[in-house]
Amino acid sequence: MGEVNVKTLKQKDRTFWEQTYVTEFIKGLGVTMKHFFTNLSPNKEDRDTRTVEYPDEPRDYPDRYRGRHRLMVRDDGQVRCVACMCCSTICPADCIHIEAAEHDDPSIEKYPETFVIDQLRCIACGMCVEACPCDAIRMDSGVHVSAFEDREESFHDRETLMDLGGQSMAEQGGDHIPSPN
Amino acid sequence: MPNWLAIILFLLVVLGAATGVISGAVWSAGFLPAMPGWLIILLKIGIIVFGFVMLVASLMTLVGDRKQSAKIQNRIGPNRATFFGQSLGGLPHFIADGIKMLFKEDIVPNGAHRTFHMVAPALIFIPALLGFSVIPFMDEYCSTGAPMVTPNYPFELCPNGEWLNYFQVIDLNSGMLFAFAIASIEVYGATIAGWAANNKYSLLGGMRSAAQMISYEVSLGLSLAGLLLIWGTLDLNEMVRLQGKLFAGWIPLWGIVIQPVAFFLFFLVGMAETKRPPFDQPEGESEIVAGYFTEYSSMKFAVIQLAEYVATVFLATLTAVFFLGGWQVPFLFADGFHFGGIGAQPDIALPYAVVIAMRIVAMLFKVLVVVWLQFMMRWTYPSFRYDQVMTMGWKIVLPLSLANFFVTAFIVLII
Repeated sequence: MGEVNVKTLKQKDRTFWEQTYVTEFIKGLGVTMKHFFTNLSPNKEDRDTRTVEYPDEPRDYPDRYRGRHRLMVRDDGQVRCVACMCCSTICPADCIHIEAAEHDDPSIEKYPETFVIDQLRCIACGMCVEACPCDAIRMDSGVHVSAFEDREESFHDRETLMDLGGQSMAEQGGDHIPSPN
Repeated sequence: MPNWLAIILFLLVVLGAATGVISGAVWSAGFLPAMPGWLIILLKIGIIVFGFVMLVASLMTLVGDRKQSAKIQNRIGPNRATFFGQSLGGLPHFIADGIKMLFKEDIVPNGAHRTFHMVAPALIFIPALLGFSVIPFMDEYCSTGAPMVTPNYPFELCPNGEWLNYFQVIDLNSGMLFAFAIASIEVYGATIAGWAANNKYSLLGGMRSAAQMISYEVSLGLSLAGLLLIWGTLDLNEMVRLQGKLFAGWIPLWGIVIQPVAFFLFFLVGMAETKRPPFDQPEGESEIVAGYFTEYSSMKFAVIQLAEYVATVFLATLTAVFFLGGWQVPFLFADGFHFGGIGAQPDIALPYAVVIAMRIVAMLFKVLVVVWLQFMMRWTYPSFRYDQVMTMGWKIVLPLSLANFFVTAFIVLII
């Protein structure tokens, strides 16, 4: 039989004042009073409240938040997408519907005649953005998908998606821009 | 049963508020001396009960229980209900609560004693309000308009006129006895409410509240015995007048200065007496649902709740009267401020009306501060276990108040 090692932990004795609870009561009251007066401050910045009054004060989404999709545009305002079908192919929820058409400009091969994202099916995985070879579709709009009153509203067509769009820094149709590293 | 009782009560509150406003207007117009005595008494009751007690008590449900707790816990508190887009610090919530209570179903449980079940809320509520009848909100009013200030007690004389009792419903020379007698009657309401509901939880809550209130009643009186020895009067207004004395010309001899231990004991016992947390064993949320008012709904529930708040205000008022100098403002006498002892001329002369206003405001301010402190404690400390409450009442607070009494008696004897 081995010996059992017993380690006796010495508890800190309570002092007289701690036993009377008087000082501890006052300390406790001090803590709540500190919170009370801090949160009474007229300057909102000084308060300790963490509540975000959401509908009144919209809260900032983090930079990488995947919000509503947007279609980027070219320098002349046309849609940047070349209807390569990469995004609709990779989409696990099968929510992107693209119909390609020929473009008048010979330097542009195809463009999407219709580009519809069914937001009710979209799972916001962001794979379409990963798949896009020409930085045409993004989810960095910072706008969340709002609730729909009608199923029709959930179909975001090309114009709706382009409304949020902007110009990309990537060169359109040109050489691959090597990454800085 | 229709909610006619509740509707009548609501109308009474509205009428009372109207009375308060109108009587305030009448007062400012200076009609008061011309009015018959009974009308003055009615006005006083209207203003004190509805203009102050009910107002503070009902606002405490909002400001104290919701907003203050929110501030302490780093929250915002209710602000979603709005009037014309303004949240007004949550005030609409408070009104919505009242209206909701009015329209809720009034349930009397099967097997309950119907009469007692209905009467019990009133039995809790009426004593809570009655106590205020002896509280002096200001000194008596000198009919000639300007009392003479003398260096010694009673400091203010009314040589050519008479003292008119405008700021106290009854000028009772045994006011303190009356206040405590009324306060202890409240036990019946809670116990009957618990018994009449035919619910074991309610019964337990009723028994607990009876035991707790009676236990602490003893200390409540004994903690004040020292003050009675020193002042030798039971008249509350007289007590407040005596607190106008200045020690060495600078230190006002308020109750808290001459009896600090009694102050803490009284404050503690007062919290236990009003059944507020940390002494909320009669309610005992986690153990016996809501204690003696488990089976109450609708406006009956609201009345019981309100009675608790009124009792809180009452204990705060008593604390202010006994220990915080009541309507006294330090160094303020009928003709202005006298710093460092009462001289022939005041250091800052003030008209009598201003002094009256300052004193009333001082009284209300003190009450509100004590109420605020009670709520701070309510949101700071965890509840006691029931046996701890009893142990504290009988083994700690009672001996302490007795010791305080004996030491005070000894000192009074020597001096």
